[in-house]
Amino acid sequence: MAPPRPSGPAHPMQPFTVHEGLVAPLDRANVDTDAIIPKQFLKSIKRSGFGPNLFDEWRYLDRGEPGADNARRPLNPDFVLNLPRYKGASVLLARRNFGCGSSREHAPWALADFGFRALIAPSYADIFYNNCFKNGLLPIVLPDSAVDRLFADVAAFPGFRLVIDLPAQTVATTDGSLVVPFEVDPFRKHCLQHGLDDIGLTLQHADVIRAFEAKRLAEQPWLQ
Amino acid sequence: MPGATLYDKLFDAHVVRKEPDGTALLYVDRHLVHEVTSPQAYEGLRLAGRKPWRTSSIVATADHNTPTKDWDQGIRDPISRTQVATLDENVRATGAKAYFPFRDRRQGIVHVIGPEQGATLPGMTVVCGDSHTSTHGAFAALAFGIGTSEVEHVLATQCLLMKKAKSMLIRVDGRLPAGVTAKDLVLAVIGRIGTAGGTGHAIEFAGSAIRALSMEGRMTVCNMAIEAGARAGMVACDDTTMDYLRGRPFAPTGALWDRAVAHWRTLRSDDGAAFDATHVFDAAAVAPQVTWGTSPEMVTSVAGRVPDPDRERDATRRDGMAKALAYMGLAPNTPITDIRVDKVFIGSCTNSRIEDLRQAAAVARGRRVAGNVKLAMVVPGSGPVKAQAEAEGLDRVFRDAGFEWREPGCSMCLAMNDDRLEPGERCASTSNRNFEGRQGAGGRTHLVSPAMAAAAAVAGHFVDVRRLF
Repeated sequence: MAPPRPSGPAHPMQPFTVHEGLVAPLDRANVDTDAIIPKQFLKSIKRSGFGPNLFDEWRYLDRGEPGADNARRPLNPDFVLNLPRYKGASVLLARRNFGCGSSREHAPWALADFGFRALIAPSYADIFYNNCFKNGLLPIVLPDSAVDRLFADVAAFPGFRLVIDLPAQTVATTDGSLVVPFEVDPFRKHCLQHGLDDIGLTLQHADVIRAFEAKRLAEQPWLQ
Repeated sequence: MPGATLYDKLFDAHVVRKEPDGTALLYVDRHLVHEVTSPQAYEGLRLAGRKPWRTSSIVATADHNTPTKDWDQGIRDPISRTQVATLDENVRATGAKAYFPFRDRRQGIVHVIGPEQGATLPGMTVVCGDSHTSTHGAFAALAFGIGTSEVEHVLATQCLLMKKAKSMLIRVDGRLPAGVTAKDLVLAVIGRIGTAGGTGHAIEFAGSAIRALSMEGRMTVCNMAIEAGARAGMVACDDTTMDYLRGRPFAPTGALWDRAVAHWRTLRSDDGAAFDATHVFDAAAVAPQVTWGTSPEMVTSVAGRVPDPDRERDATRRDGMAKALAYMGLAPNTPITDIRVDKVFIGSCTNSRIEDLRQAAAVARGRRVAGNVKLAMVVPGSGPVKAQAEAEGLDRVFRDAGFEWREPGCSMCLAMNDDRLEPGERCASTSNRNFEGRQGAGGRTHLVSPAMAAAAAVAGHFVDVRRLF
C-alpha cells in the first residue's frame, strides 16, 4: 500500500480561473467520443499529441492514421474548425449530450491539446463531463435558450469572444452586455481552480481508506 | 421513511468519507484493466513514485487491439503490439489477481471474462476504463466506466471521487415474444428514453420480463445502459444470479459461499423504494429492432420504415436525422426490410456470449450466407465461450453456412484491429454503437440482435427473424 508521497503528479493540471477566448460553434447534438477522436489514435500510450486528430473524420477529407503528417492531409473546407474565422478558438459551443459514447479520456486530451479551455453545451455525457475536469477543461452547462442565443451571436459577429469566470461562475460577452451564471460542483470547482492533483488529495485520507478496507474485507472475505 | 433502492444500498456501502458538498470517496472492490485506457495511468503512477494500492482487486486482459485470426503471427500492427506489450509489462511489474494476456485460453473481452471467471460478484463496485463496464451491474453490482485519470486514481488509492447519481427505475412487465431478445428490449428502451434519457442517473432494470432473462440477457441489457446515457445499469440479485455464479473460478465456495449468498439476497430495492424517475415498458409489445441512424436512439422495429426528417418539428433533431440519413445512405420512408447489407458482425461485449451464439446458430443452421454479403463473421467473447461453442458444434454450423469463425476480442465493434468496414459498407452488427465511423471510417452500422444479424446474413437484407423459424 502506498503512503502519500511528496512527489507531484506526473501530469500537472493547468489551473482554471478566468479565461477569455474566441468561440467556435459545433452545431449538432449527440457528438460522440468516436467523432471527437477516432479509435485508431487510441493506440498511443501517451497523453499528448491528440490535437491534430481532433474530429479527424470531419476535419480531413482522407482517412487519418497514427503517425501520418497531418499538415499534408487535405482539409475539409466545410468543417467549422477549418474556417479562418474560428482559427485560434479556445471555447467550443456545442449542443446537447456532447461527449456521449466511450470513456476514452483521449477525447478531452484531444480537445485540450487542440487549444480548447472551455466547452459550453446544454448537457454532456456523464463520463466525458467527469474526464474534462481531470484535464483542466471546463465543461459549462447552460440552458437551451442561452445556448441558442450564443449560436446566433457567434454566427452574427465574426471574432465573437466570451469571458469565462470560474470563481464567479459566469459566462459573459467581452462588453458585459450578456452575463449568464452557471452551476458547478464546489469540489470540482475547487480542484480545477487550483489545478489540484486529486490523487494527492485522496491519499491524505489513506488511513481512513485503509481502515474501511480492512473492515470490509474482514466482513466479506470473498471480496479479497 | 421510504425504503432504499438497490443503488442506494450499493453506493452507501462503499462510501469511505464525504466532502462537504456531498462528493464521496467511494471504495472500489474490482478493477478491470485493458490495454487501451491503462498505459497512461500506469505511467502516471510510476512517474509519481506510487504503486497500485491493492493488486488483488485487479483483473486484466488485452482485448481491444488483438487480432481475431492468424494468432500464430502475433499482432502485426506495431502500434497495437506496443500497446499490448505495455499492458504485459505493467501488469507483470506491479501485479494483479489475474491476467489473461493475448492468446491465453481464458483471454477475451473484459466484460465477458469478468462474470465468466466469477471475478464480478454481487455487491461489488466494479470499475474499468471502458464505458461498457455497466454490463457487470447485471450481478447487482455497482459497475461503471471511468476515464484514464480515474484508472490512475483507483490504482493509487483504491477509491474514486464521485457524487451519488439520481436513480431511475426501468420496469419491464410481461413476457418478450418468441424471437425477441434482451437486445431488442434494450434498443426499444433507448428508442423511447433517448441516448441522454439516463444521463445523471443509475438505472435499475426490474419487472417480470427482466427477472425472466438469463444472466447473459441481463448483461446485454445493462451493457447498453450507457447507450441510454446512464453510467451504471443494474438488476437485483435472485436465484438466476446465484445459479450463474456457483462454481465459477473466483466465486466463493463452501461456508463462505453460503455467507455470501445470505448477503447477496439483500441486494434488491426495498418495497416502496422511491426512484427519481420511472419508465414502464410492456415486453409483449417489443418487436425485433433495427437502428437506421448514427445514434442508438435512432431505432425502429423491423416492420418499420426509415423516418422522414421533414416530419420532425424540433430543428436540432431534424438536422440530426438528415445528417444521419445522408451518412447512412438511406432515403426517408424506406422499409427496413429493403435495406441490404454488405457485412455481418456477430460479437462484442453486448452479444458474444454462448447464448448469443446459440441464437445466431439456430438461424444459420442449414442456410447459406447470401451472395451479396461480402463477409459474415462470428467473434466469440472469450476463449471459454469459443471452446463451449466448438464443443456444441456451433463453429461447424457457422462455417457450413459461410460465416467466418474467429478468435475472441472486441474486433469490429470498434475496429481497432484489422476487422473493419470500408467506406460506404453497410453492416448488420450485434454491437452497441452505430456512431459515424465506429466500425471503420465511412462505415454504416445497423444494430440488431444476434438472431437478427444471422437472419440478415442469410437473407442479404434485414428480415424479421421470426419468419425464418
